[in-house]
Amino acid sequence: MDKFSVYSARLVEKGEYFAPGHRACQGCAEALAVRLVMKALGRDTIVAMATGCMEIVSSPLPTTAWEVPWIHVAFENASAVITGCESGMKAMMRKGKLLPKKINFVAMGGDGATADIGMGQLSGALERGHDFIYVCYDNEAYMNTGIQRSSATPWGASTTTSPAGKLSKGQRTQKKDLPKIAIAHNIPYVATACPSFPFDLMEKVKKAAAIEGPAYLHILSVCPTGWRIPSEEAIRYGRLAVNTCVFPLYEYEYGKYRLTYRPDPVLPVREYIEGQGRFRHLTPEDIEAIQERTTAEYEKLVKLSEEG
Amino acid sequence: MPKERRGIEVSLAVAEAVGQADCDVIAAYPITPQTHIVEHLAEMVADGHLDAEFVPVESEHSAMSVCCGAAAVGARTFTSTSSQGLALMAEIFFIASAMRLPVVMALANRSLSAPLSIWNDHTDTMMVRDGGWIHVFVENGQEAYDHVFWAFRVAEDPAVRLPVAINIDGFILTHMIEPIEFEDDELIKRYIPEYKLENALHPEKPVSMGCFGMPEIYTETQMAREKALVGSYVTCLKAWEEWAALTGRRYHPVETYRAEDAEYCIVTMGSLGETAMVAVDELREQGEKVGAIKIRLWRPFPFEDLYRAAEGKAALIVLDRAISFGGPGGPVALEVRSAMYRRPQAPAVVNYVAGLASRDVRVEDFKAIILGGKAKAAAGDTAGFTLYGVRE
Ligand SMILES: Cc1ncc(C[n+]2csc(CCOP(=O)(O)OP(=O)(O)O)c2C)c(N)n1
Ligand code: SF4
Repeated sequence: MDKFSVYSARLVEKGEYFAPGHRACQGCAEALAVRLVMKALGRDTIVAMATGCMEIVSSPLPTTAWEVPWIHVAFENASAVITGCESGMKAMMRKGKLLPKKINFVAMGGDGATADIGMGQLSGALERGHDFIYVCYDNEAYMNTGIQRSSATPWGASTTTSPAGKLSKGQRTQKKDLPKIAIAHNIPYVATACPSFPFDLMEKVKKAAAIEGPAYLHILSVCPTGWRIPSEEAIRYGRLAVNTCVFPLYEYEYGKYRLTYRPDPVLPVREYIEGQGRFRHLTPEDIEAIQERTTAEYEKLVKLSEEG
Repeated sequence: MPKERRGIEVSLAVAEAVGQADCDVIAAYPITPQTHIVEHLAEMVADGHLDAEFVPVESEHSAMSVCCGAAAVGARTFTSTSSQGLALMAEIFFIASAMRLPVVMALANRSLSAPLSIWNDHTDTMMVRDGGWIHVFVENGQEAYDHVFWAFRVAEDPAVRLPVAINIDGFILTHMIEPIEFEDDELIKRYIPEYKLENALHPEKPVSMGCFGMPEIYTETQMAREKALVGSYVTCLKAWEEWAALTGRRYHPVETYRAEDAEYCIVTMGSLGETAMVAVDELREQGEKVGAIKIRLWRPFPFEDLYRAAEGKAALIVLDRAISFGGPGGPVALEVRSAMYRRPQAPAVVNYVAGLASRDVRVEDFKAIILGGKAKAAAGDTAGFTLYGVRE
């Protein structure tokens, strides 16, 4: 794997479609994820983006960081907007109003846009079977409005609307399993990824683009600001999330699960949780509870991938 | 030779018009009383009579979002809704115009909940009055059919590039079977030729749409929006003129009936204008010098046309079909009053609200409203509004 990584770095597309000059915080792994996704997709791509950090940092008028056609309409509707784009172009190409061309139609949103307010629209778009990719950049909270909880915030994380306090341990619910919800739509391709594993991420994006029909990518995107970690630690925390199996890398292709990376050794979740300000208040018992749940979830996934 | 007229439900005629307009994308979510429009479009697509993408979305919010995406790539785009559906899509309704996306919508007007009511008035459309769309009100089936083409023509004009709502009274019009003069496809093609959206989303010429605006730029974007909407007035006129030249059917932003020598006029929007004309005829027989003024173009508001129509009148009796709660009255009267304010010899403006949720406004009611309005104007009782026929 390591040797392959050194070699494949040379094969990576040199073009930047998410251009430098955007205004993301230092060390923002969400911006890095966008950049890698765009590299893998290439120029023949149309992006519809939900309101959120990535939209705000990339499009302050009169500037833009987007080197591909890009549209933002609102917070919850990136999936409906992109299916409009796809339907429009499909009709016009069929009717000879537009020259035929293979275009990647991509909707992007944060975990809030995806797991909460835009859930219905995502479900509708997946169910209708449009040829598009949905990319969720999961930084585990509403970062753009100031670190509020989403339904993808993990148990125990302190956010501004799930603060840890004398009577509270922070977020009270377990993280909503978005990839599983996407899989329940019987779509051809679902995958998880993390920019700390850039080649794995780009491979999955390419696969999603090549497949006809809806594809869903769930990308863990470390947010130093919201997670309360130093900006230079974002990549390391992404690796820790994967190596502790808190965020396993896997794909689901035409009904088959496959782990695309098996951490060896699997690190204790403590290593991931320690040092993150949002988990600062957790006791060793709390961390043990997270460990147990993480192990159980990972084992389920291993089983599914062994079943093929 | 007179053209053939066909008896058809108005909703179906609207759908047929969308088909003749060679629409590319139709986003559809059912709500009474607009359902027949999208159902018929679905049939047309299913039978191959119309080559379009029919997108059966999961909500009206998505319907308008799909329309935005489709319009942004340059596709000719249509949707239809009513009432709660419009309320749900309101967020995107405002964005569509701000982003200058030429979507056309048939708005089958219906009251808003609660109580739940599926019947007709103008409460829904008044909610989005300030949404930056071009709004036209039609009075009968023929007008509904004609205005589908007019709407695409205006929306897609490069000088305009704004969405257009065709307000069609729910049930009163949508569910009527009326004789309608259909135009042939060739004429329609001449009137609305295939168009190319400048700056459409396409990999060959990447553009960013819907960016984020800091305070130092937002004001200017809103001024541009205002100018575009006000400026669309000339295109609206031109499109009506050309339609008249092609079909002989002529429309104006404000239309009058027996108003030239009238002392007072009833002002309406939408289908009730036809009943108002009958009331005017009957009152004329009784020697009352009355007329009717009908506002067809609601946005951009046709100030000059209204001034001309209202000139020399002692009073305008405005019939509203919505209430701006806690305010000075119905939205139409509000605007007519403000338009008339400080005009030389401005007529008095009296406001009645009637016909909420399709409560009948019959000829007798119109006569009572007009005569009541006349008396109120004479007594100088012009503040606020009267909710006509309310049971205490
Ligand atoms: C209808 C609506 N409600 C609320 C908001 C405010 N809002 C904008 S972005 C955002 C949170 C975005 O969070 P997420 O999707 O997780 O993306 P992130 O900023 O974390 O990348 C919220 C609540 C909005 N724009 N629209
Ligand atoms: S708040 Fe977080 S996600 Fe948003 S730009 Fe900053 S680091 Fe990136």
